[in-house]
Amino acid sequence: MHNEQIEEHFKNRNVTEIDSNYYMVDIAPYPTDGWGKFKRVLKRSFRGELFVGLWVVLREMIKFDTHTIKYPEEKMPIGPRYRAVHEMKRLWESDTERCIGCGLCEKICISNCIRIDTKLDENSRKEVTEYSINLGRCIFCGYCAEVCPELAITHGGEYENASDQREHYIMYQDMLTPLDKMKAGTQLEFEGFGAVTPHEDERVKKTPLAY
Amino acid sequence: METAYLIETVIKIVVILLIFSALAGIGTYFERKVLAFMQRRLGPVNVGPFGLLQVAADGIKLFTKEDIVPKNVVGRIFKIAPVITAATAFMAAAAIPFLPSFTLFGYEVHPIVADINIGILYILGVMGIGLYGPLLGGMASANKFSLLSAARGAAIFISYEVITGLSILAPIMMVGSLSLIDFNEYQAGGITDWIVWSQPVAFILFWIAAFAETGRTPFHLIANDHEIIDGFGTEYSGMRWGLFFIGEYANMFFISFVMALIFLGGYGDGSFLGALGLLAKVAFFFFFFLWTRAAWPDVRPDQLMWLCWKVLMPIAVINIVITGIVMM
Ligand code: SF4
Ligand code: SF4
Repeated sequence: MHNEQIEEHFKNRNVTEIDSNYYMVDIAPYPTDGWGKFKRVLKRSFRGELFVGLWVVLREMIKFDTHTIKYPEEKMPIGPRYRAVHEMKRLWESDTERCIGCGLCEKICISNCIRIDTKLDENSRKEVTEYSINLGRCIFCGYCAEVCPELAITHGGEYENASDQREHYIMYQDMLTPLDKMKAGTQLEFEGFGAVTPHEDERVKKTPLAY
Repeated sequence: METAYLIETVIKIVVILLIFSALAGIGTYFERKVLAFMQRRLGPVNVGPFGLLQVAADGIKLFTKEDIVPKNVVGRIFKIAPVITAATAFMAAAAIPFLPSFTLFGYEVHPIVADINIGILYILGVMGIGLYGPLLGGMASANKFSLLSAARGAAIFISYEVITGLSILAPIMMVGSLSLIDFNEYQAGGITDWIVWSQPVAFILFWIAAFAETGRTPFHLIANDHEIIDGFGTEYSGMRWGLFFIGEYANMFFISFVMALIFLGGYGDGSFLGALGLLAKVAFFFFFFLWTRAAWPDVRPDQLMWLCWKVLMPIAVINIVITGIVMM
Protein backbone atom coordinates (compact mmCIF):
# COMPACT_ATOMS: atom_id res chain seq x y z
CA MET A 1 0.00 0.00 0.00
CA HIS A 2 1.16 3.51 -0.69
CA ASN A 3 2.14 5.87 2.04
CA GLU A 4 -0.64 8.33 1.34
CA GLN A 5 -3.08 5.50 1.50
CA ILE A 6 -1.79 4.40 4.88
CA GLU A 7 -2.02 7.93 6.16
CA GLU A 8 -5.50 8.12 4.75
CA HIS A 9 -6.34 5.03 6.75
CA PHE A 10 -5.23 6.72 9.92
CA LYS A 11 -7.41 9.69 9.28
CA ASN A 12 -10.42 7.92 7.93
CA ARG A 13 -11.17 4.63 9.59
CA ASN A 14 -14.20 3.89 7.47
CA VAL A 15 -12.60 1.33 5.17
CA THR A 16 -15.45 1.00 2.75
CA GLU A 17 -14.92 4.50 1.42
CA ILE A 18 -11.23 4.26 0.68
CA ASP A 19 -10.68 0.74 -0.42
CA SER A 20 -12.88 -0.67 -3.08
CA ASN A 21 -11.60 -4.13 -2.18
CA TYR A 22 -14.09 -4.27 0.64
CA TYR A 23 -17.59 -5.29 -0.21
CA MET A 24 -20.59 -6.66 1.60
CA VAL A 25 -21.02 -10.41 1.44
CA ASP A 26 -23.98 -11.22 -0.74
CA ILE A 27 -26.24 -13.36 1.40
CA ALA A 28 -29.21 -14.58 -0.55
CA PRO A 29 -32.38 -15.10 1.46
CA TYR A 30 -32.73 -18.61 2.81
CA PRO A 31 -35.34 -20.74 1.09
CA THR A 32 -38.32 -21.44 3.26
CA ASP A 33 -40.44 -23.79 1.18
CA GLY A 34 -39.55 -27.35 0.24
CA TRP A 35 -39.02 -26.68 -3.43
CA GLY A 36 -36.63 -23.82 -2.71
CA LYS A 37 -34.63 -26.00 -0.35
CA PHE A 38 -34.52 -28.74 -2.93
CA LYS A 39 -33.23 -26.33 -5.53
CA ARG A 40 -30.57 -25.16 -3.12
CA VAL A 41 -29.45 -28.76 -2.57
CA LEU A 42 -29.21 -29.32 -6.30
CA LYS A 43 -27.27 -26.13 -6.78
CA ARG A 44 -24.86 -26.92 -4.01
CA SER A 45 -24.39 -30.50 -5.13
CA PHE A 46 -23.62 -29.76 -8.74
CA ARG A 47 -21.75 -26.51 -8.54
CA GLY A 48 -18.57 -28.51 -8.18
CA GLU A 49 -17.14 -26.57 -5.29
CA LEU A 50 -15.78 -29.77 -3.83
CA PHE A 51 -13.58 -30.13 -6.89
CA VAL A 52 -12.26 -26.63 -6.44
CA GLY A 53 -11.03 -27.70 -3.02
CA LEU A 54 -9.47 -30.83 -4.42
CA TRP A 55 -7.75 -28.88 -7.15
CA VAL A 56 -6.34 -26.31 -4.78
CA VAL A 57 -4.61 -28.84 -2.55
CA LEU A 58 -3.40 -30.87 -5.51
CA ARG A 59 -1.97 -27.76 -7.10
CA GLU A 60 -0.07 -26.95 -3.93
CA MET A 61 1.26 -30.50 -3.82
CA ILE A 62 2.47 -30.34 -7.41
CA LYS A 63 4.04 -26.93 -6.94
CA PHE A 64 5.84 -28.33 -3.91
CA ASP A 65 6.41 -24.89 -2.51
CA THR A 66 6.79 -25.76 1.14
CA HIS A 67 7.33 -23.14 3.74
CA THR A 68 8.66 -25.33 6.49
CA ILE A 69 11.70 -24.11 8.33
CA LYS A 70 13.70 -27.07 9.57
CA TYR A 71 14.07 -25.42 12.91
CA PRO A 72 17.19 -26.59 14.66
CA GLU A 73 19.18 -26.39 11.42
CA GLU A 74 17.43 -23.36 9.99
CA LYS A 75 16.27 -20.38 11.94
CA MET A 76 14.02 -17.47 11.20
CA PRO A 77 15.89 -14.18 11.27
CA ILE A 78 14.71 -12.19 14.26
CA GLY A 79 14.39 -8.46 14.36
CA PRO A 80 17.00 -6.34 16.16
CA ARG A 81 14.26 -5.14 18.48
CA TYR A 82 13.48 -8.66 19.63
CA ARG A 83 13.34 -8.94 23.41
CA ALA A 84 15.15 -12.03 24.55
CA VAL A 85 17.73 -12.67 27.28
CA HIS A 86 19.35 -9.48 28.51
CA GLU A 87 22.77 -8.18 27.69
CA MET A 88 24.97 -5.64 29.42
CA LYS A 89 26.80 -3.32 27.07
CA ARG A 90 30.17 -1.63 27.36
CA LEU A 91 31.16 1.87 26.39
CA TRP A 92 32.62 2.14 22.91
CA GLU A 93 35.17 4.72 24.00
CA SER A 94 36.73 3.05 27.00
CA ASP A 95 35.46 -0.52 26.98
CA THR A 96 34.29 -0.05 30.55
CA GLU A 97 30.88 -1.09 31.72
CA ARG A 98 28.07 1.28 30.97
CA CYS A 99 26.06 0.46 34.05
CA ILE A 100 26.34 3.18 36.67
CA GLY A 101 24.47 1.26 39.29
CA CYS A 102 21.60 3.71 39.44
CA GLY A 103 19.12 0.95 40.25
CA LEU A 104 16.38 2.24 37.99
CA CYS A 105 16.03 -1.12 36.29
CA GLU A 106 15.51 -2.83 39.61
CA LYS A 107 12.94 -0.23 40.53
CA ILE A 108 10.91 -0.43 37.36
CA CYS A 109 10.95 -4.15 36.86
CA ILE A 110 7.31 -5.10 37.10
CA SER A 111 7.97 -8.70 37.96
CA ASN A 112 10.56 -7.82 40.53
CA CYS A 113 13.20 -10.08 39.11
CA ILE A 114 16.22 -7.79 39.03
CA ARG A 115 18.41 -7.56 42.12
CA ILE A 116 21.26 -5.07 42.19
CA ASP A 117 23.76 -4.25 44.90
CA THR A 118 26.33 -1.51 44.67
CA LYS A 119 29.15 0.00 46.67
CA LEU A 120 31.44 2.94 46.29
CA ASP A 121 34.80 2.02 44.90
CA GLU A 122 38.11 3.67 45.76
CA ASN A 123 37.46 6.54 43.32
CA SER A 124 34.10 7.15 44.96
CA ARG A 125 32.37 5.86 41.89
CA LYS A 126 29.49 3.51 42.24
CA GLU A 127 30.40 -0.02 41.41
CA VAL A 128 28.02 -2.88 40.79
CA THR A 129 28.80 -5.74 43.14
CA GLU A 130 25.78 -7.95 42.56
CA TYR A 131 23.48 -7.95 39.62
CA SER A 132 21.17 -10.81 38.79
CA ILE A 133 18.01 -11.29 36.78
CA ASN A 134 15.69 -14.13 37.59
CA LEU A 135 14.78 -15.25 34.09
CA GLY A 136 12.11 -17.53 35.46
CA ARG A 137 10.17 -14.48 36.57
CA CYS A 138 11.14 -12.08 33.82
CA ILE A 139 8.36 -11.45 31.34
CA PHE A 140 10.68 -9.75 28.84
CA CYS A 141 8.63 -6.60 28.86
CA GLY A 142 11.58 -4.41 28.01
CA TYR A 143 10.97 -1.83 30.73
CA CYS A 144 14.46 -2.24 32.16
CA ALA A 145 16.02 -1.57 28.78
CA GLU A 146 13.75 1.38 28.25
CA VAL A 147 14.43 2.99 31.58
CA CYS A 148 18.18 2.52 31.65
CA PRO A 149 19.72 6.00 31.26
CA GLU A 150 23.03 4.61 30.03
CA LEU A 151 21.70 2.14 27.43
CA ALA A 152 23.53 -0.41 29.55
CA ILE A 153 20.99 -3.14 30.00
CA THR A 154 19.42 -4.20 26.73
CA HIS A 155 17.80 -7.23 25.28
CA GLY A 156 19.72 -9.69 23.16
CA GLY A 157 18.62 -12.22 20.58
CA GLU A 158 19.18 -15.43 22.50
CA TYR A 159 15.76 -17.05 22.71
CA GLU A 160 16.64 -20.72 23.05
CA ASN A 161 16.62 -21.18 26.78
CA ALA A 162 16.33 -24.24 28.90
CA SER A 163 16.87 -24.69 32.59
CA ASP A 164 16.56 -27.44 35.10
CA GLN A 165 14.79 -25.20 37.55
CA ARG A 166 12.28 -22.48 37.47
CA GLU A 167 14.44 -19.86 39.10
CA HIS A 168 17.14 -19.46 36.52
CA TYR A 169 19.39 -16.55 37.38
CA ILE A 170 21.58 -14.80 34.92
CA MET A 171 24.51 -12.89 36.43
CA TYR A 172 26.12 -9.63 35.55
CA GLN A 173 29.26 -11.25 34.17
CA ASP A 174 27.24 -13.53 31.90
CA MET A 175 25.37 -10.62 30.42
CA LEU A 176 28.33 -8.32 30.00
CA THR A 177 29.81 -8.05 26.52
CA PRO A 178 33.10 -10.00 26.66
CA LEU A 179 36.19 -7.87 26.35
CA ASP A 180 37.52 -9.66 23.29
CA LYS A 181 34.26 -9.07 21.51
CA MET A 182 34.44 -5.46 22.54
CA LYS A 183 38.00 -5.17 21.25
CA ALA A 184 36.92 -6.68 17.95
CA GLY A 185 34.28 -3.99 17.78
CA THR A 186 31.42 -6.41 17.28
CA GLN A 187 29.17 -5.31 20.11
CA LEU A 188 25.71 -4.81 18.69
CA GLU A 189 23.54 -1.93 19.79
CA PHE A 190 19.98 -2.68 20.73
CA GLU A 191 17.39 -0.98 18.60
CA GLY A 192 14.39 -1.53 20.76
CA PHE A 193 12.83 0.47 23.56
CA GLY A 194 15.07 3.14 24.99
CA ALA A 195 17.60 2.96 22.23
CA VAL A 196 18.70 6.03 20.37
CA THR A 197 16.46 6.42 17.38
CA PRO A 198 18.05 7.13 14.00
CA HIS A 199 18.59 10.83 13.14
CA GLU A 200 18.26 11.72 16.78
CA ASP A 201 20.74 14.58 16.35
CA GLU A 202 18.57 16.42 13.85
CA ARG A 203 15.50 16.10 15.96
CA VAL A 204 16.86 17.10 19.29
CA LYS A 205 15.85 20.59 20.40
CA LYS A 206 17.92 22.88 22.52
CA THR A 207 16.75 23.24 26.05
CA PRO A 208 15.89 26.91 26.64
CA LEU A 209 18.14 28.57 29.16
CA ALA A 210 15.26 29.70 31.29
CA TYR A 211 14.23 26.12 31.88
CA MET B 1 -10.05 -81.22 3.28
CA GLU B 2 -6.63 -82.09 2.01
CA THR B 3 -3.50 -80.97 3.79
CA ALA B 4 -2.03 -79.11 0.84
CA TYR B 5 -5.07 -76.87 0.66
CA LEU B 6 -4.93 -76.24 4.37
CA ILE B 7 -1.26 -75.30 4.28
CA GLU B 8 -1.80 -73.07 1.27
CA THR B 9 -4.64 -71.25 2.96
CA VAL B 10 -2.69 -70.72 6.15
CA ILE B 11 0.26 -69.35 4.19
CA LYS B 12 -2.04 -67.01 2.29
CA ILE B 13 -3.61 -65.77 5.49
CA VAL B 14 -0.23 -65.10 7.08
CA VAL B 15 1.03 -63.31 3.97
CA ILE B 16 -2.06 -61.12 3.76
CA LEU B 17 -1.87 -60.33 7.45
CA LEU B 18 1.77 -59.38 7.26
CA ILE B 19 1.49 -57.37 4.07
CA PHE B 20 -1.50 -55.38 5.15
CA SER B 21 -0.24 -54.77 8.67
CA ALA B 22 2.91 -53.38 7.11
CA LEU B 23 0.89 -51.47 4.53
CA ALA B 24 -1.13 -49.91 7.33
CA GLY B 25 2.11 -48.54 8.72
CA ILE B 26 3.37 -47.34 5.37
CA GLY B 27 -0.08 -45.95 4.72
CA THR B 28 0.32 -43.66 7.71
CA TYR B 29 3.63 -42.50 6.28
CA PHE B 30 2.04 -41.67 2.96
CA GLU B 31 -0.89 -40.03 4.64
CA ARG B 32 1.39 -37.75 6.60
CA LYS B 33 3.54 -36.96 3.59
CA VAL B 34 0.67 -36.33 1.20
CA LEU B 35 -1.21 -34.22 3.71
CA ALA B 36 1.96 -32.30 4.46
CA PHE B 37 2.69 -31.57 0.82
CA MET B 38 -0.86 -30.49 0.20
CA GLN B 39 -0.62 -28.13 3.15
CA ARG B 40 2.81 -26.87 2.09
CA ARG B 41 4.67 -28.62 4.85
CA LEU B 42 7.34 -31.29 4.76
CA GLY B 43 5.94 -34.05 6.93
CA PRO B 44 8.28 -36.49 8.64
CA VAL B 45 11.86 -35.87 7.50
CA ASN B 46 14.16 -36.67 10.36
CA VAL B 47 13.97 -40.41 10.95
CA GLY B 48 15.76 -42.20 8.14
CA PRO B 49 15.90 -41.06 4.51
CA PHE B 50 12.87 -38.86 3.77
CA GLY B 51 11.54 -39.81 7.18
CA LEU B 52 10.80 -43.32 5.97
CA LEU B 53 11.83 -44.94 9.21
CA GLN B 54 9.25 -42.88 11.06
CA VAL B 55 6.95 -45.85 10.57
CA ALA B 56 9.38 -48.10 12.43
CA ALA B 57 9.83 -45.54 15.17
CA ASP B 58 6.08 -45.26 15.61
CA GLY B 59 5.80 -49.02 15.65
CA ILE B 60 8.43 -49.33 18.37
CA LYS B 61 6.67 -46.65 20.36
CA LEU B 62 3.30 -48.35 20.05
CA PHE B 63 4.66 -51.73 21.05
CA THR B 64 6.63 -50.54 24.04
CA LYS B 65 4.12 -48.08 25.40
CA GLU B 66 2.41 -48.92 28.62
CA ASP B 67 -0.95 -50.58 28.19
CA ILE B 68 -3.23 -48.46 30.32
CA VAL B 69 -6.64 -49.73 31.32
CA PRO B 70 -8.28 -46.80 33.09
CA LYS B 71 -10.46 -47.01 36.19
CA ASN B 72 -14.19 -47.59 35.76
CA VAL B 73 -13.94 -49.09 32.29
CA VAL B 74 -15.64 -52.36 31.59
CA GLY B 75 -12.38 -54.24 31.50
CA ARG B 76 -13.05 -57.19 29.24
CA ILE B 77 -15.05 -55.33 26.65
CA PHE B 78 -12.58 -52.50 26.71
CA LYS B 79 -9.79 -54.93 25.96
CA ILE B 80 -11.56 -56.88 23.24
CA ALA B 81 -12.89 -53.90 21.25
CA PRO B 82 -9.72 -53.06 19.30
CA VAL B 83 -9.29 -56.70 18.45
CA ILE B 84 -12.75 -56.71 16.90
CA THR B 85 -11.87 -53.76 14.67
CA ALA B 86 -8.63 -55.24 13.45
CA ALA B 87 -9.97 -58.79 13.17
CA THR B 88 -13.07 -57.88 11.19
CA ALA B 89 -11.02 -55.73 8.85
CA PHE B 90 -8.75 -58.66 8.08
CA MET B 91 -11.57 -61.18 7.98
CA ALA B 92 -13.19 -59.14 5.24
CA ALA B 93 -10.04 -59.61 3.22
CA ALA B 94 -10.70 -63.34 2.95
CA ALA B 95 -13.05 -62.95 0.00
CA ILE B 96 -11.02 -60.36 -1.88
CA PRO B 97 -8.91 -61.51 -4.84
CA PHE B 98 -5.86 -59.32 -4.45
CA LEU B 99 -4.18 -60.32 -7.70
CA PRO B 100 -4.98 -62.55 -10.64
CA SER B 101 -3.91 -66.15 -10.13
CA PHE B 102 -0.31 -66.78 -11.07
CA THR B 103 2.08 -69.71 -11.19
CA LEU B 104 4.80 -69.94 -8.58
CA PHE B 105 7.33 -72.80 -8.90
CA GLY B 106 4.89 -74.70 -11.08
CA TYR B 107 2.13 -74.34 -8.53
CA GLU B 108 -0.93 -72.30 -9.34
CA VAL B 109 -1.65 -69.71 -6.68
CA HIS B 110 -5.00 -67.99 -6.32
CA PRO B 111 -4.37 -64.88 -4.25
CA ILE B 112 -7.74 -65.14 -2.53
CA VAL B 113 -8.20 -66.97 0.72
CA ALA B 114 -11.68 -68.26 0.01
CA ASP B 115 -13.60 -67.74 -3.22
CA ILE B 116 -16.99 -68.15 -1.60
CA ASN B 117 -20.04 -67.65 -3.77
CA ILE B 118 -21.41 -64.89 -1.52
CA GLY B 119 -18.18 -62.90 -1.52
CA ILE B 120 -19.59 -59.39 -1.50
CA LEU B 121 -22.25 -60.13 1.06
CA TYR B 122 -19.59 -61.64 3.26
CA ILE B 123 -17.31 -58.63 2.92
CA LEU B 124 -20.07 -56.16 3.64
CA GLY B 125 -21.31 -58.25 6.53
CA VAL B 126 -17.93 -58.56 8.19
CA MET B 127 -17.17 -54.90 7.64
CA GLY B 128 -20.53 -54.20 9.24
CA ILE B 129 -19.48 -56.20 12.29
CA GLY B 130 -16.49 -53.89 12.44
CA LEU B 131 -18.94 -51.43 13.93
CA TYR B 132 -18.66 -53.29 17.22
CA GLY B 133 -15.07 -52.15 17.65
CA PRO B 134 -15.83 -48.44 18.02
CA LEU B 135 -19.22 -49.12 19.56
CA LEU B 136 -18.06 -51.42 22.36
CA GLY B 137 -14.77 -49.59 22.83
CA GLY B 138 -16.58 -46.29 23.14
CA MET B 139 -19.27 -47.58 25.47
CA ALA B 140 -16.85 -49.42 27.71
CA SER B 141 -14.44 -46.51 28.05
CA ALA B 142 -16.26 -44.66 30.84
CA ASN B 143 -15.64 -41.46 28.93
CA LYS B 144 -18.33 -39.18 27.61
CA PHE B 145 -16.49 -38.37 24.43
CA SER B 146 -16.00 -42.03 23.71
CA LEU B 147 -19.67 -42.61 24.37
CA LEU B 148 -20.64 -39.87 21.94
CA SER B 149 -18.35 -41.37 19.40
CA ALA B 150 -19.85 -44.81 19.91
CA ALA B 151 -23.33 -43.43 19.37
CA ARG B 152 -22.27 -41.59 16.27
CA GLY B 153 -20.43 -44.65 15.04
CA ALA B 154 -23.52 -46.81 15.38
CA ALA B 155 -25.70 -44.28 13.58
CA ILE B 156 -23.27 -43.77 10.74
CA PHE B 157 -22.41 -47.40 10.18
CA ILE B 158 -25.98 -48.57 10.18
CA SER B 159 -27.13 -45.78 7.89
CA TYR B 160 -24.38 -46.15 5.39
CA GLU B 161 -24.60 -49.91 5.42
CA VAL B 162 -27.93 -49.25 3.70
CA ILE B 163 -26.30 -47.13 1.02
CA THR B 164 -23.54 -49.65 0.43
CA GLY B 165 -26.01 -52.49 0.13
CA LEU B 166 -28.45 -50.68 -2.11
CA SER B 167 -25.83 -49.15 -4.36
CA ILE B 168 -24.12 -52.46 -4.91
CA LEU B 169 -27.38 -54.21 -5.66
CA ALA B 170 -27.58 -52.84 -9.19
CA PRO B 171 -24.16 -54.19 -10.25
CA ILE B 172 -25.00 -57.49 -8.58
CA MET B 173 -28.17 -57.66 -10.66
CA MET B 174 -26.14 -57.11 -13.80
CA VAL B 175 -23.43 -59.64 -12.99
CA GLY B 176 -25.75 -62.17 -11.44
CA SER B 177 -23.21 -63.34 -8.90
CA LEU B 178 -21.86 -62.29 -5.55
CA SER B 179 -18.31 -63.52 -6.05
CA LEU B 180 -15.76 -60.83 -6.70
CA ILE B 181 -13.99 -63.12 -9.15
CA ASP B 182 -17.17 -63.31 -11.21
CA PHE B 183 -17.35 -59.57 -11.09
CA ASN B 184 -13.85 -59.44 -12.45
CA GLU B 185 -14.61 -61.92 -15.23
CA TYR B 186 -17.66 -59.87 -16.19
CA GLN B 187 -15.44 -56.87 -16.85
CA ALA B 188 -12.47 -58.74 -18.27
CA GLY B 189 -13.05 -57.45 -21.78
CA GLY B 190 -11.31 -54.14 -21.26
CA ILE B 191 -12.03 -50.64 -20.17
CA THR B 192 -15.31 -50.40 -22.05
CA ASP B 193 -16.66 -53.35 -20.07
CA TRP B 194 -16.16 -51.69 -16.70
CA ILE B 195 -19.28 -51.52 -14.62
CA VAL B 196 -18.57 -47.93 -13.78
CA TRP B 197 -19.77 -46.94 -17.27
CA SER B 198 -23.09 -48.70 -16.93
CA GLN B 199 -23.52 -47.92 -13.21
CA PRO B 200 -21.90 -44.55 -12.59
CA VAL B 201 -24.46 -43.60 -9.96
CA ALA B 202 -23.95 -46.82 -8.03
CA PHE B 203 -20.19 -46.26 -8.21
CA ILE B 204 -20.38 -42.77 -6.75
CA LEU B 205 -22.83 -43.84 -4.06
CA PHE B 206 -20.61 -46.73 -3.07
CA TRP B 207 -17.60 -44.47 -3.03
CA ILE B 208 -19.34 -41.97 -0.77
CA ALA B 209 -20.47 -44.76 1.52
CA ALA B 210 -16.93 -46.10 1.62
CA PHE B 211 -15.84 -42.89 3.30
CA ALA B 212 -18.45 -43.41 5.98
CA GLU B 213 -17.62 -47.09 6.39
CA THR B 214 -13.95 -46.41 6.91
CA GLY B 215 -14.65 -43.30 8.97
CA ARG B 216 -12.54 -40.98 6.86
CA THR B 217 -12.87 -37.25 6.32
CA PRO B 218 -15.38 -35.79 5.34
CA PHE B 219 -17.30 -38.38 7.37
CA HIS B 220 -14.76 -38.61 10.14
CA LEU B 221 -17.33 -38.07 12.84
CA ILE B 222 -16.67 -41.05 15.05
CA ALA B 223 -13.22 -39.81 15.99
CA ASN B 224 -13.53 -36.17 15.22
CA ASP B 225 -10.49 -34.68 16.91
CA HIS B 226 -11.77 -31.16 17.28
CA GLU B 227 -15.13 -32.12 18.71
CA ILE B 228 -14.76 -35.32 20.67
CA ILE B 229 -11.00 -35.73 21.02
CA ASP B 230 -10.24 -39.12 19.51
CA GLY B 231 -13.71 -40.50 20.10
CA PHE B 232 -13.68 -44.18 20.93
CA GLY B 233 -9.88 -44.19 20.91
CA THR B 234 -9.49 -41.55 23.61
CA GLU B 235 -8.84 -43.95 26.49
CA TYR B 236 -6.71 -46.36 24.53
CA SER B 237 -2.96 -46.43 24.52
CA GLY B 238 -0.14 -48.49 23.15
CA MET B 239 -0.88 -51.46 20.97
CA ARG B 240 -4.59 -51.51 21.70
CA TRP B 241 -4.88 -48.13 20.08
CA GLY B 242 -2.52 -49.43 17.41
CA LEU B 243 -5.00 -52.20 16.60
CA PHE B 244 -7.74 -49.66 16.01
CA PHE B 245 -5.35 -47.88 13.75
CA ILE B 246 -4.33 -50.94 11.79
CA GLY B 247 -7.98 -51.83 11.44
CA GLU B 248 -8.82 -48.42 10.03
CA TYR B 249 -6.03 -48.46 7.50
CA ALA B 250 -6.54 -52.08 6.50
CA ASN B 251 -10.18 -51.21 5.95
CA MET B 252 -9.17 -48.37 3.67
CA PHE B 253 -7.04 -50.69 1.59
CA PHE B 254 -9.65 -53.43 1.43
CA ILE B 255 -12.49 -51.13 0.48
CA SER B 256 -10.25 -49.69 -2.22
CA PHE B 257 -9.72 -53.21 -3.54
CA VAL B 258 -13.45 -53.87 -3.45
CA MET B 259 -14.23 -50.67 -5.32
CA ALA B 260 -11.61 -51.40 -7.96
CA LEU B 261 -12.85 -54.96 -8.37
CA ILE B 262 -16.55 -54.19 -8.55
CA PHE B 263 -16.58 -51.03 -10.62
CA LEU B 264 -13.24 -50.51 -12.29
CA GLY B 265 -12.58 -53.85 -13.87
CA GLY B 266 -10.33 -55.31 -11.19
CA TYR B 267 -7.33 -57.06 -12.64
CA GLY B 268 -8.90 -57.31 -16.06
CA ASP B 269 -7.81 -60.30 -18.10
CA GLY B 270 -5.43 -61.49 -15.41
CA SER B 271 -2.23 -60.56 -17.18
CA PHE B 272 0.71 -58.95 -15.43
CA LEU B 273 -0.42 -55.59 -16.75
CA GLY B 274 -3.89 -56.22 -15.40
CA ALA B 275 -2.46 -56.94 -11.96
CA LEU B 276 -0.47 -53.72 -12.08
CA GLY B 277 -3.63 -51.95 -13.17
CA LEU B 278 -5.48 -53.24 -10.14
CA LEU B 279 -2.73 -52.02 -7.83
CA ALA B 280 -2.75 -48.65 -9.57
CA LYS B 281 -6.51 -48.33 -9.10
CA VAL B 282 -6.21 -49.27 -5.43
CA ALA B 283 -3.40 -46.77 -5.02
CA PHE B 284 -5.58 -44.08 -6.57
CA PHE B 285 -8.49 -44.83 -4.26
CA PHE B 286 -6.17 -44.79 -1.28
CA PHE B 287 -4.68 -41.52 -2.44
CA PHE B 288 -8.15 -40.13 -2.83
CA PHE B 289 -8.86 -40.92 0.82
CA LEU B 290 -5.87 -38.78 1.76
CA TRP B 291 -6.67 -36.15 -0.82
CA THR B 292 -10.15 -35.47 0.49
CA ARG B 293 -8.77 -35.31 4.00
CA ALA B 294 -6.57 -32.42 2.96
CA ALA B 295 -9.25 -30.67 0.95
CA TRP B 296 -12.62 -31.09 2.58
CA PRO B 297 -13.98 -30.18 5.97
CA ASP B 298 -16.00 -32.59 8.05
CA VAL B 299 -19.77 -32.46 7.83
CA ARG B 300 -21.99 -32.28 10.87
CA PRO B 301 -23.62 -35.49 12.10
CA ASP B 302 -27.09 -34.28 11.21
CA GLN B 303 -25.90 -33.33 7.74
CA LEU B 304 -24.45 -36.78 7.39
CA MET B 305 -27.73 -38.42 8.31
CA TRP B 306 -29.59 -36.03 6.06
CA LEU B 307 -27.28 -36.90 3.19
CA CYS B 308 -27.74 -40.58 3.80
CA TRP B 309 -31.50 -40.86 4.21
CA LYS B 310 -32.80 -37.97 2.14
CA VAL B 311 -30.37 -37.91 -0.75
CA LEU B 312 -28.31 -41.04 -1.20
CA MET B 313 -30.90 -43.63 -0.32
CA PRO B 314 -33.61 -42.36 -2.70
CA ILE B 315 -31.01 -42.11 -5.46
CA ALA B 316 -29.86 -45.66 -4.75
CA VAL B 317 -33.42 -46.99 -4.88
CA ILE B 318 -34.18 -45.14 -8.10
CA ASN B 319 -30.96 -46.49 -9.55
CA ILE B 320 -32.01 -50.05 -8.74
CA VAL B 321 -35.45 -49.53 -10.23
CA ILE B 322 -34.04 -48.10 -13.44
CA THR B 323 -31.48 -50.90 -13.67
CA GLY B 324 -34.27 -53.42 -13.23
CA ILE B 325 -36.41 -51.84 -15.92
CA VAL B 326 -33.52 -51.67 -18.35
CA MET B 327 -32.60 -55.30 -17.71
CA MET B 328 -36.13 -56.57 -18.19
S1 SF4 C 1 12.31 -7.29 30.86
FE1 SF4 C 1 10.74 -6.53 32.27
S2 SF4 C 1 10.46 -8.23 33.67
FE2 SF4 C 1 12.35 -8.65 32.61
S3 SF4 C 1 13.94 -7.80 33.92
FE3 SF4 C 1 13.39 -6.21 32.45
S4 SF4 C 1 11.80 -5.01 33.50
FE4 SF4 C 1 11.99 -6.95 34.60
S1 SF4 D 1 21.55 -1.29 34.06
FE1 SF4 D 1 20.99 0.80 33.60
S2 SF4 D 1 19.19 1.18 34.86
FE2 SF4 D 1 20.16 -0.63 35.67
S3 SF4 D 1 21.47 0.06 37.27
FE3 SF4 D 1 22.73 -0.03 35.45
S4 SF4 D 1 22.59 1.99 34.56
FE4 SF4 D 1 20.94 1.85 36.06
